[in-house]
Amino acid sequence: MTRTPEVPLLEVVDLSKSYGAVVASDNLSFAVRPGEIHALIGPNGAGKTTAIGQISGEIRPSAGRVRFQGRDITRLPTHKRAQLGLKRSYQITSLFPEFTAEDNVALAVQAQQGHSFRFWTRARRDAALRAPATQVLERIGLADKAKLKVTELAHGEQRQLELAMALASEPSLLLLDEPMAGMGQSESRAMMDLLRPLKGQIGILLVEHDMDVVFALADRVSVLVKGALLMTGTPQQVRDDPEVRRAYLGDED
Amino acid sequence: MEGRLTRRAVVHGLALIILVVLPPLADAAGEPFLTTVASRILIYAIAAVSLDVILGYGGMVSFGHAAFFGIGAYTVGILMHHAFDGTVIPFLPWDWTGSVSAFVQFPLAILVSGLFALVIGALSLRTQGVYFIMITLAFAQMLYYFMISLPTYGGEDGLNLWERSSLPPLDLYDEWQFYYLTLVLLLLFLALMQRLVNSRFGMVIRGCKQNEARMKALGFATYRYKLAAFTIAGMGAGLAGALAANHTEFVGPDMMHWTRSGEIMIMVILGGMGTLYGPVLGAATLLLMEEVLQQITEHWMVVLGPFLVFVVLFARRGVYGWLVGKATDDD
Ligand SMILES: Nc1ncnc2c1ncn2[C@@H]1O[C@H](COP(=O)(O)OP(=O)(O)O)[C@@H](O)[C@H]1O
Ligand SMILES: [Mg+2]
Repeated sequence: MTRTPEVPLLEVVDLSKSYGAVVASDNLSFAVRPGEIHALIGPNGAGKTTAIGQISGEIRPSAGRVRFQGRDITRLPTHKRAQLGLKRSYQITSLFPEFTAEDNVALAVQAQQGHSFRFWTRARRDAALRAPATQVLERIGLADKAKLKVTELAHGEQRQLELAMALASEPSLLLLDEPMAGMGQSESRAMMDLLRPLKGQIGILLVEHDMDVVFALADRVSVLVKGALLMTGTPQQVRDDPEVRRAYLGDED
Repeated sequence: MEGRLTRRAVVHGLALIILVVLPPLADAAGEPFLTTVASRILIYAIAAVSLDVILGYGGMVSFGHAAFFGIGAYTVGILMHHAFDGTVIPFLPWDWTGSVSAFVQFPLAILVSGLFALVIGALSLRTQGVYFIMITLAFAQMLYYFMISLPTYGGEDGLNLWERSSLPPLDLYDEWQFYYLTLVLLLLFLALMQRLVNSRFGMVIRGCKQNEARMKALGFATYRYKLAAFTIAGMGAGLAGALAANHTEFVGPDMMHWTRSGEIMIMVILGGMGTLYGPVLGAATLLLMEEVLQQITEHWMVVLGPFLVFVVLFARRGVYGWLVGKATDDD
């Protein structure tokens, strides 16, 4: 990456979103630099998922702007943002339940290969789709489950597949909404090992509850409370901040 | 697949054999009209298979599919009408007195119903769920009332065709030849759709059915793919309509009535949604039940209703699933 750190990969400016009386995003501004893992933390209901949704384009903000690679994408529909390389995973597993694990990943690969107005060749026998899909499944440790339907996978495996799809879709910015939610210790550790090498390669906005994970992975951390940004800083700065401790870390244990 | 004698292969093989030997068998049994009944079943099977592509695979609950069936039929009917009268088709910007040739009529029927599907789909697919069901229904009913109010083409009474399409060297008046033509077209259509649902395009519309939000998040412009599928399905129904016009030598607004759309949908559900071949069985089941029950009671719908509920509740993949088990047509 030759991009200077001054040009952020993603820039969120004064993002606001209300649901009736609930302010889910309150003048939210932060930036993700190229190649960094930027953690987004905050108590339940702080507005993390809503923020991700507005960045991915699935939720329309009431006000504010979203810029990606210097380009204003506030009005761009989701699929166009995805085509620019902005990909997400979901807190609540969001897969294709009638398909196999391999089908799911292959579909993510297919999305990267131009238009799909191809009516004749059998997609399931298309090596251009299946080979990369198999590779990602191997990387994520799901190779032996490739032919199983999503509904036959254990919860942890579905979470892994959720990430596999995001990875297979060649993101330049990855929005990960609690990727380790509901995972066991060893599964979480495996996923951390998957994410760590991405540092410096792509930008990651990581919503995560587990503070050990955040402090182990993140380059910078933004803290959300009631839709508003409390602070952005290094893990160390965030950990030492009295206000953060009071608002968030304090009620962790 | 690879030549193994699976339950599915047996069912498909038997079905094909029955379909191929049906006309001589019917004649031998002294019931030649069965060939005519079977032709009707095959025609509706084409319509039902086309609906299954968008309903069973694409998750688009279109309740107006008969509109495209009717447009296909009217295209043939109108071309035939003017060719016979020697009059000029009034709504065209150039002078054309229609045609009796199937080589002109059938491709045009497919094209025109495809165009209507493109326009109706473009508007309907902006909505979701119940709204989509209602708006497709509304468009079909609009076309139904439009044809009723058009005296040029018979209005409510429809148009009697003076002849069947000419398709040399075939003679469509010959019930056998008509039957085999319909069978070949159905098999061709099935083969094409089998390729389609397993292609990249097919995976996209199947993905849209299961989780459209995720498809968008992956970068698919889902609307375009659904619209293309909707248009292709409309073209299939148009072909069925063109055949139906020839079969009954009549076209009328009832071909587009919402009850007709309902029937086609019932065929898909009965036969097995998302099984491609199931709707052929569904068409056979429904139309045969209709034939038989109609002779027993005029309230045959009362028998059909519970049967349908039974199928929906206990055989999720319909008659087809019940026959072939878990097997799918996935590659
Ligand atoms: N679709 C919605 N309708 C109404 N309220 C919502 C909706 N989505 C989120 N909220 C509210 O917005 C706030 C932020 O939610 P969310 O972004 O899911 O928080 P987090 O992901 O940080 O737990 C919560 O109070 C939640 O109840
Ligand atoms: Mg959340």
